[in-house]
Amino acid sequence: MSKPARTSRRSGIRGGEAASGWLFTAPMIILLGMFLVVPVLMALWVSFSDWGGRGSPFGGNVKFVGFDNYSTLLNGGGLAEQDFGTALRNNAWYVVLVVPIQTALSLLLAVLVNRQILRGRGFFRTSFYFPSVTSSVAITVLWLFLFSSTGAINKLLSFIGINGPNWFNDPSGILHNFLQLFGVTQGPAALTDGSFLGVSWWDWLAGPSVAMTAFILMAVFTTSGTFMLLFIAALQNLSGEVTEAAMMDGANGWQRFWKVTLPQLRPTLFTVLTLGLIGSWQVFDQIYTGTKGAPGKTTLTPAYLSYQSAFNNQEWGQGAAIAFILFVIIVFFTLFQRWVLRERPVSKRRMRPYLTNPASAVALAATATPASTTKSGESR
Amino acid sequence: MSAPTVSPSRKLRALSREKLPTRAVAGRSLMYAILTVLAIIYIAPFLIQVATSFKTDVEAASNPISLLPQTWSTAAYQKLFLNSDFPVWFKNSAIVTIFVTLGRVFFNSLAGYALARLQFRGRTVIFAGLIAVMSVPGVVLLIPKFLVINQIGIYDTYVGMIVPLLTDAAGVFIMKNFFESIPASVEEQARIDGAGTFRVFWSIVLPMARPALITIIILSFQGSWNELSHFIVATQSPELTTLTKGVASLASGELSQGTQYPLKLAAAAIMTIPVAVMFFIFQKRIMNTTDGAVKE
Repeated sequence: MSKPARTSRRSGIRGGEAASGWLFTAPMIILLGMFLVVPVLMALWVSFSDWGGRGSPFGGNVKFVGFDNYSTLLNGGGLAEQDFGTALRNNAWYVVLVVPIQTALSLLLAVLVNRQILRGRGFFRTSFYFPSVTSSVAITVLWLFLFSSTGAINKLLSFIGINGPNWFNDPSGILHNFLQLFGVTQGPAALTDGSFLGVSWWDWLAGPSVAMTAFILMAVFTTSGTFMLLFIAALQNLSGEVTEAAMMDGANGWQRFWKVTLPQLRPTLFTVLTLGLIGSWQVFDQIYTGTKGAPGKTTLTPAYLSYQSAFNNQEWGQGAAIAFILFVIIVFFTLFQRWVLRERPVSKRRMRPYLTNPASAVALAATATPASTTKSGESR
Repeated sequence: MSAPTVSPSRKLRALSREKLPTRAVAGRSLMYAILTVLAIIYIAPFLIQVATSFKTDVEAASNPISLLPQTWSTAAYQKLFLNSDFPVWFKNSAIVTIFVTLGRVFFNSLAGYALARLQFRGRTVIFAGLIAVMSVPGVVLLIPKFLVINQIGIYDTYVGMIVPLLTDAAGVFIMKNFFESIPASVEEQARIDGAGTFRVFWSIVLPMARPALITIIILSFQGSWNELSHFIVATQSPELTTLTKGVASLASGELSQGTQYPLKLAAAAIMTIPVAVMFFIFQKRIMNTTDGAVKE
């Protein structure tokens, strides 16, 4: 298609397209180049320099220091390493809890409101989605109130006889608290002796602090609506025939969901998990608005630490280095998750239970992995 | 759609309903119960927020759940509007949001159109660059953006607040996908009639792109109104503080002694109103999965 266009570029209905093409894209190229590409390159340089925030980072007195900023963070042995380790620990627990919960909840909401026979669907969808449109600052302010020591959550808990914690001032890790119920207050020497990034293994396993747990609940609250919409759209694009075939074969609702619907939702599941993973590694607004890393640095996140190092402590090199390490972490987990969720043919072991009844085996193979439909007979 | 024959799924559903009436009713009630509880959990925080903003400080602490204040107090709102920088914050947020939304509508559709329709050398390279740029997480840009804004001398100005947000890779991507989905025949007709490329874009293509433009408007309005980190690194003077930055400073205790929850919640509530209005206007489009549309 582009061949004839190129030969007649100067005349006819495609005349002057090259010029317009560049002209039309120029604002975007300049803006994105200026405020995205150039900044990233500049920050990359800063992360390898000893720039202290005064004057231009390209000035004569700014020196190239190689990987110094990175090694201070990764094995400097000082406060910087410990803070970075703590921030990674906090955010890792955040991701581990937020991503699965928000994905499962948004899928559940989507399935519930996608029923054809449901009355008031619009109302339910609106209420579930509404938290997603509000700003993270406004929601954080609300959360600070709801989870304050005299707030609504503790009031609710008091009705069922629970004395709620002082949420945003409680630095204790929830796994440590859980172990404490069984009288374990000190970790085994094997865990307390060793450490990684300045944080002992025992502390890595502390779980999110009570304060961080409140942020985790907030993230689930604000993101589940958005992801619910993605799942609803995907559910409506599914063809009813496969589900009907499964119904004819006598699969009950539970089986239909797990063996028929869910496998077909794999692309959306992948999108939701990827977006969730990318988003939850970048916690910044909530921390800036709410706790600024307190209590006891247990809500410190790499994103906030990066900002704090640069703008408050004037450690620009370290701040930029943290941002790039975070970038690498996000890319790594995205690729890792892509690898885990890759398309795989159904293994023989998993096929076996269905092969006793050839008819349903074919039906199931057809739904689970469309690619292996024709091979299911041969694989025996 | 309205075929008189009963579809197999409906027949099956009817069949199972006849078979197990009590069980179906129980299941249905359970589902409504779950949905109602969930809806209450999702809505209650906002109702509590509005109710608390009309309470006195003492009552906010002593009775944090009740939806009706015992003594109605508008002290929080009076303080915000008459005795603080809140109106300035609101004005700044409004200015930024309007310019950013207009800019994104224009620049995103312009670039999206070029990438979807115009044949020119370098198009694939630009598109590849766009995809690469989209994968950079925003948080990585916090320090870098400040460096550039500072370097070119637009730190702490409206220009520095607005210009870097004027286009976004995701928006260009949305527009490109949309233009690829509509037929090119209409434009070609206009071209044969001798209209220039910009003319075709402006008076023929753009009006057809209404659905996608509304998406861009929603996204950029919401995005720039709720933006925080960019304004943190691009400004410092109080006259340029936006709502997000201002309310965040309120939250950490400026302007107030004690907890002052009604004041903070009132600020957060007002801040939510414009996006909420936007949301309800375009609700049908946001929830684009239309009610009752059966895909078989």
